[in-house]
Amino acid sequence: MEEVFWWIIFPYICGSILIVATFYRFVFRAKGWTAPSTEIFGKKWLRIASVIFHYGIIFAFIGHIMGVLIPIEVYESIGIDEHTYHIFAIIGGGAAGLMVVFGLIVMLLRKLSLPRVRTHTTFGDYFTILLLLIVAGLGTYMTLIYNTTVVAYEYRTSIGPWFRSLFTFNPLSELMLGVPVLFKIHVILAFVLFAAIPFTRLVHMFSFPLRYPTRAPQQYRARNGYNKNSR
Amino acid sequence: MRIKAQVAMVMHLDKCIGCHTCSVTCKNVWTNRPGTEYVWFNNVETRPGPGYPKEWENTDRYKGGWVLRNGQLHLRAGGPMAKLANIFYNPNMADLDDFYEPWTYDFEQLHKRGKGDSLPVARPKSMITGQFMDKPEWGPNWDDDLAGGSETVPMDPNVRKLQEHIAMEYEKTFMMYLPRICEHCLNPSCVASCPSGALYKRDEDGIVLVDQDACRGWRFCMNGCPYHKVYYNWNTHKAEKCNFCYPRTEAGLPTICSETCVGRIRYIGVVLYDADRVKAAASVEDPKELYEAQLSVFLDPFDPEVVEKAQEQGINYSWIQSAQESPIYKMAMKWKIALPLHPEYRTLPMVWYVPPLSPIMNHITNEQELSADGYIPAVDQMRIPMEYLASILAADDTKVIRRVLLKMAAMRSYMRFKTVGGMDQTKLNKLMQEAETTAEELEDMARLLAVAKYNERFVIPTGRREMKDDLHYKQGACSIEDLAPPEGMATYPFERSDAQ
Repeated sequence: MEEVFWWIIFPYICGSILIVATFYRFVFRAKGWTAPSTEIFGKKWLRIASVIFHYGIIFAFIGHIMGVLIPIEVYESIGIDEHTYHIFAIIGGGAAGLMVVFGLIVMLLRKLSLPRVRTHTTFGDYFTILLLLIVAGLGTYMTLIYNTTVVAYEYRTSIGPWFRSLFTFNPLSELMLGVPVLFKIHVILAFVLFAAIPFTRLVHMFSFPLRYPTRAPQQYRARNGYNKNSR
Repeated sequence: MRIKAQVAMVMHLDKCIGCHTCSVTCKNVWTNRPGTEYVWFNNVETRPGPGYPKEWENTDRYKGGWVLRNGQLHLRAGGPMAKLANIFYNPNMADLDDFYEPWTYDFEQLHKRGKGDSLPVARPKSMITGQFMDKPEWGPNWDDDLAGGSETVPMDPNVRKLQEHIAMEYEKTFMMYLPRICEHCLNPSCVASCPSGALYKRDEDGIVLVDQDACRGWRFCMNGCPYHKVYYNWNTHKAEKCNFCYPRTEAGLPTICSETCVGRIRYIGVVLYDADRVKAAASVEDPKELYEAQLSVFLDPFDPEVVEKAQEQGINYSWIQSAQESPIYKMAMKWKIALPLHPEYRTLPMVWYVPPLSPIMNHITNEQELSADGYIPAVDQMRIPMEYLASILAADDTKVIRRVLLKMAAMRSYMRFKTVGGMDQTKLNKLMQEAETTAEELEDMARLLAVAKYNERFVIPTGRREMKDDLHYKQGACSIEDLAPPEGMATYPFERSDAQ
């Protein structure tokens, strides 16, 4: 029963909150939808913290696509064996994880030590950073230390297929039975993080301005109906 | 020919007394809210000086505006790809130390404190952290009227450029006031800098606005604007800027800064321009030719072809009429006495400045007996160095400044000749010839610059709302009520209304 809750009910609750609340905030709370930068309060430490964190988390995201979303059969069919995969995963994932953890720690220290920033840091900001820090710290620990000292756990035959099965609405919770407890905690906290996205500053990840390079540099907008002939 | 209408402003610097009434009324109307304490959509700077924010004209530091590379316009701070790569941290943006940390005073202490041996003191208290500040070290107009002279004047990027050393001795100093608002440029670099496409130029009047629903707070507009006139509201985490008081101009009223200007230095009107010519005008090779290039994009509102085409393209006839009566068209395009601020930024700014005359340097004796043509050499020796004015208003081209100052001097001489008399007419004619002007033009100028009434200074057509199709639905709605939380109260997240 516990398995059914943690690996079927809970992920769907978190996913539903993510989708519904994000949609609601985007449509009805657009004025609060932003990347709440504190750069105006002071630039100290921000360059090193923010840039390293964000690039780290992009690498980590790509790593999770490679490890969780792409089935192990794909790797086998193109001739990448388990050993090679794990070496790359440990080096690449470890580096990305360390970047994320380092960036988060410096950002947290910055929030605590600059008075202007500290005054305007909300509960949501601390919650986001601490939760990210725990999730990323666990992930980095598993990649760098657990994988090399305990066992190089093959999550591509358990967590990967289970995660993909959520999307086909045919969740295979039994796959998660033998997963090491650290991995389980990492996954559960990650889902808490997903559910928290629409309520925190994390929404800005959906606003990455991909269209910017292709749009016209100058933007004109007319009041609705002001000029029927204008573009 | 793609004709567009643009509301524009001229500020006659000769008449600015530096009273900051414009700044204060603007602040009370627009930025009297948490998150915008440090924001002045309108500010008046004493020049020479660092300005607001400090050394905003230092393009090497803030990287605002456009540069020309291989004949192509590029944002100085980097194009879209460079911006996306740098989106996690903006290395060129100004922070609160460059503006100032806003503060209030602990006024309550003045009446709360009991009897004591010393006078009660209201200590400064930061409006950002709420903590007491021992010693505010920079603030709005900290350098007003050259306060801090020998320390603050060298912070002016224009002064650093000057060949000659600027004397800071009391007898030789000069100063002028420079009121600044958003330029509502024809080629705005803030708009091009916005990754979200939230900044836009209004099609009907050219006012540059920030869509508060679309802004994501990436902050590239802040330093993308070379005039540093887009600000970051730390409370809403979105950009805000001067909106040319569009709720007022749409009703045919001047902006609040113009309405309350004590010296009546401000003029507002409409100009027509050809949007297809803007890019070419901003891309001319030599920065000194940018001023003439900018003038070439404007259209003669009296030209029947222009009038016909403008109407065809949906510009209301009342707007064309206003363009014909526009004080801006007269001062900036016809008489050419108003100049754009820093044309070298290639943004084609639309707030124009009539440069100030200043006392002639003291080695010219017997100023009362100075004959009219005596101004011809004297205009080069005015107290405000021509190079300094040229650095601000003419991309270092002193010829442009000289021509304007001569015209202004000719206007004074001619009006003196007309009303007081006692002047040698041949010498006056020589001055007018040198200034390339006529008696008729000088009289018109004197009328508009000195005695023009409200309706002559502000020729503002109303917004044509009757062409909007959902007027009935919008009854009773206020277009700005969701822009800001109620005064003195920070709410989050903000309520969204159905206003667009």
